[in-house]
Amino acid sequence: MAELFIFFEQIYRILFLLIPVLVSVAMIVWLDRRVWAFVQKRRGPNVVGPFGLFQTLADALKYIFKEIIIPASSNKVIFILAPIVTMTLALIAWAVIPFSETFVLADINVGILYLFAVSSLGVYGIIMGGWASNSKYPFLGAIRSAAQMVSYEVSIGVIIINVLLCVGSLNLSNIVLAQKDLWFVIPLFPMFIIFFISALAETNRPPFDLPEAEAELVAGYQTEYSGMMYAMFWLGEYANILLMCAMGSILFLGGWLSPIDLFPFNIIPSPIWLILKILFLFILFALIKAIVPRYRYDQLMKLGWKIFLPFSLIYVVLTASFLMYFDLLPGN
Amino acid sequence: MSLIRFFKTIFMIDFLTGLIMAIKEIFKPKKTINYPFEKGSISPRARGEHALRRYPNGEERCIACKLCEAVCPAQAITIESSEREDGSRKTTRYDIDMLKCIYCGLCEQSCPVDAIVQGPNFEFATETREELYYNKEKLLENGDRWENILAANINADSSHR
Repeated sequence: MAELFIFFEQIYRILFLLIPVLVSVAMIVWLDRRVWAFVQKRRGPNVVGPFGLFQTLADALKYIFKEIIIPASSNKVIFILAPIVTMTLALIAWAVIPFSETFVLADINVGILYLFAVSSLGVYGIIMGGWASNSKYPFLGAIRSAAQMVSYEVSIGVIIINVLLCVGSLNLSNIVLAQKDLWFVIPLFPMFIIFFISALAETNRPPFDLPEAEAELVAGYQTEYSGMMYAMFWLGEYANILLMCAMGSILFLGGWLSPIDLFPFNIIPSPIWLILKILFLFILFALIKAIVPRYRYDQLMKLGWKIFLPFSLIYVVLTASFLMYFDLLPGN
Repeated sequence: MSLIRFFKTIFMIDFLTGLIMAIKEIFKPKKTINYPFEKGSISPRARGEHALRRYPNGEERCIACKLCEAVCPAQAITIESSEREDGSRKTTRYDIDMLKCIYCGLCEQSCPVDAIVQGPNFEFATETREELYYNKEKLLENGDRWENILAANINADSSHR
């Protein structure tokens, strides 16, 4: 009986996290379109609900009623599996995100490693989708996407090492608590910029949206998808973007900590601070989508391997020697 | 020169200028209209939905000369006519297939009595194809409904004809 109770308690905790995440993914799609439109002096979606807030729900409803077309020459099992994998991987990563000191679903000691591993696995959904479609554009898009995501994963990994050097723990809550005095965005500012740009490439956002460069590849790996399966790819993509924003705010912007530990700020509940930081990073994502042209593929690879990777490696050495010299290494 | 370029690249000066400009643009007034709720102005020459007009005394203008049928490049117009009891020639059938029509306005130009005209209404989407096969009844009804605007438009454009 007690086991059953624990089981249901866990289910409720998962739903309590998952449903707000899904709703905020829907809202974030609206915000993205709205910011994009405002920069271009358009109005954006403003009809469904207040300020058009329910536009994404209406779109999702439309996708549910659309026919799912499965190409005759596709590998059907993998074709159907691909969006499910993308969606699932984008959502399970939220398990380790700490929203406050106590509100975290799974407070595991290798949280950042888990987050990194899950976001790396996200590339499988795309490769599976592109390969199983058995069509040239999805295949090319999937190849591009895989190469791009793997390349930028490397620099994100090195950037995470920078942060870990300053914290001395892989636990996400500890990473946040280590920023109580000083957010890592100040000492590690260049790393924050590189992390942000790598996050853009990692989530296939402009200016690195080559996998779905519509002028060359129709819609990349999503070309053959329709109906709810397309919507799942789409939601998974935005859930990933949200996840990268959450990761950025936890690693560099002090997670759920308030900017100053003073009266008007520290009474605001900590999840609100995390949400505000995620929103700030996401609005930057959306603004960048509106202002930058797309990179060429060789430029993208050059940026990842020849500039970001050496630079972040050098910064690891710098951080390590600085911490050694001034005897600031955590754990001593 | 290349040193300046180098520093611009490192500190992403061009990118930041673009970002600040984008943020400024957000607060400027919108250039688009909020379409279904506010509409743009329409020229008197706008070539929208067709209408058959009447004289003020209620008599149909159309004299079944079939010039519009002949000139129609898409052959969307079908006319049949017969003599009425008072000896005048009138149409018994005046159909326009709005799906064939290319809205070129030649029918309106060819009409000697300003009977067939294209009004300012462009929002006549329907849910079935059949609803867009207009017959004489529908066209005359359109004419009655839009007569004030149609007459004003023809009057406004008359000096250019």
